[in-house]
Amino acid sequence: MAAAENKKTRREFIADGIRTGGLIIASGAIGALAASSHAEDTVWQIDPYKCTNCGLCATSCVLDQSTVKCMHAFAMCGYCNLCSGMLRPERVGNTIEAENVQCPTFAIQRSYVENPYFQYVIDENLCIGCAKCSKGCDAFGNGSLFMQIRHDRCLNCNQCSIAEVCPAQAIVRVPAGKPYLLKSKIKQDG
Amino acid sequence: MFQKFTPPFFLLQITTPPQKNPPPDFTTGYQYPVTINPPPRAELFTRIDMVMLAVLMLMTAYFILYKRSRREVRLISLFSLLYFGFYRHGCVCSVGSLQNVAMAIFHNGYALPLSVGVFFILPLLFALFFGRVFCAAVCPLGAAQDLILQKARRVPVWMDETLSVIPYIYLGLGTLFAATGTVFIICEYDPFVAFFRLSGGAMMVTFGILILFLSTFIGRPYCRYLCPYGVLLRWAAAWSKWKVHVAPEKCIQCHLCAESCPFNAMRMPVPDEVRPSRKSTRAVLSRVLWLIPFLAILGGVTGRLASPLLSHVDITVQTADRVWKERHGLVHGETLESQAHRANQIPDDLLYAKAAKIRRTYTLYTTIFGVWLGLVFGLKLFFITTRHRWDDYDADPAACLACGRCFGYCPSEANEKYAEGGVYIKGNLK
Ligand code: SF4
Ligand code: SF4
Ligand code: SF4
Ligand code: SF4
Ligand code: SF4
Repeated sequence: MAAAENKKTRREFIADGIRTGGLIIASGAIGALAASSHAEDTVWQIDPYKCTNCGLCATSCVLDQSTVKCMHAFAMCGYCNLCSGMLRPERVGNTIEAENVQCPTFAIQRSYVENPYFQYVIDENLCIGCAKCSKGCDAFGNGSLFMQIRHDRCLNCNQCSIAEVCPAQAIVRVPAGKPYLLKSKIKQDG
Repeated sequence: MFQKFTPPFFLLQITTPPQKNPPPDFTTGYQYPVTINPPPRAELFTRIDMVMLAVLMLMTAYFILYKRSRREVRLISLFSLLYFGFYRHGCVCSVGSLQNVAMAIFHNGYALPLSVGVFFILPLLFALFFGRVFCAAVCPLGAAQDLILQKARRVPVWMDETLSVIPYIYLGLGTLFAATGTVFIICEYDPFVAFFRLSGGAMMVTFGILILFLSTFIGRPYCRYLCPYGVLLRWAAAWSKWKVHVAPEKCIQCHLCAESCPFNAMRMPVPDEVRPSRKSTRAVLSRVLWLIPFLAILGGVTGRLASPLLSHVDITVQTADRVWKERHGLVHGETLESQAHRANQIPDDLLYAKAAKIRRTYTLYTTIFGVWLGLVFGLKLFFITTRHRWDDYDADPAACLACGRCFGYCPSEANEKYAEGGVYIKGNLK
């Protein structure tokens, strides 16, 4: 009996030690994180300079409607008469008829600016993130169309399921305070 | 104008000048349209999450340990399910956070966000003092399974013991792939996210439905046979200061609570005559103890041998392999990965070097993973052969999920509010 009592107190003693240690380690770790300037939340974003417009973004997001949309760096755009992002490379004649448009949802709106320039705007609500247009623009145009995760839609999964399949490993964690990796004229020129 | 749309494709791949059609200088005062880039959820939200986590755990501890009442805990479960599960879409959760922690420790260039750190540490800290109150009602994964549990079937002990090894393996694998910066498998194969988001791939939806279906008649299958974070919680809760006790005062050995725990967390006294003698126990023990280092070494060697296989999960390693084979004519055609590698004009040698580095890290980490597996199996054997010492009926603090279901079964509780409908205790008499 006495031995049992003794054992119990010894166990209790060890337990107290473990608990105190745990408390110290936990508060130390949380304190260090709170004080650290690097401990900012991160979100996922596509590095447009790595993305190869493979099209997996449209179907790999955990949401049925992908959060990835096409964006337009207007300052990089050539305002071409016939946009290689909007129109199929294998088109019949150089018209903007529906059968020549490659966007599956007709999300790219073309409007006249001034001779001979046309403006192309993406309707985000229609875009499904298939990257057909940015692929065309990268291949034959200025590369001003590019794919981004839209943060009003993204759930910020701990593991982005597109990042897992992206063949170019283009999806990276970025600080939540700077959640977009936009293409810019300056970067492209330099 | 026309020819700039139709240069030969292969030329473009290699010699694309940065910009083919210089942006125009507009003469009509045209302004670029303004694009609005909505920010992610405000950081305020993650603050609220942290406070919520702490408050809900405190409340659960109060109701379970002090008030000994399950009703409020059910409400907290429901709230956690709605808030952390459906409203916050189940990310980030403590279960997944262990991978962020592993990556922050072992993988260069990832800083652990404060909120993730808090989600990892707080439930463990609480477990050190109050037991697994996080599991009881705050974890949305646990709540989802718990709230739909009808009448629990008992899992046979041999099956329960066997299946309960899986979380340790899963924990090891999850840590391995996170530490190497490969992928967060625990998140990727979380069966509940598809349910929380009411959206997801066919495979994960099926898996989710299967687990939820099982949860209706088996107490928390994910918690007991999969959850890797549960392993850490077990360790912490085993040392908890305040534990769940079935009997409010003293166990009178009435046996009424024996079958009450749907999660096999009830420890039963073993009568003296069934208890193996000291001597025979000691003989078995010495054999098992000798086995542990042997299993650890065996595991380490196996882990090391399995390293090429496991490292192939990494996409860089995969791509390097593929590109090498393509270069040497061993395979024909391109994969999306090798295509992307070429499109980005990364020199092959750079890719090979990167992959080789990842492979080296894998050699080390898979060895550790193997040792871990060996230890798990060894220690499991050890505990199976030793665990026979209880005099009273009581909850095993490591396995107890602090749900409070068993309280109502103890006649000493002498409180009608637990006897739901008055037949609660009777109906479970054997
Ligand atoms: S999966 Fe990757 S390469 Fe493909 S479109 Fe998305 S970001 Fe680009
Ligand atoms: S082509 Fe695809 S990515 Fe481009 S706008 Fe249309 S739907 Fe969006
Ligand atoms: S983090 Fe989740 S929601 Fe966001 S893009 Fe990736 S898979 Fe989709
Ligand atoms: S065991 Fe895991 S999944 Fe279950 S409640 Fe605890 S932390 Fe959540
Ligand atoms: S509180 Fe009781 S019923 Fe609930 S898990 Fe613990 S031992 Fe089982």
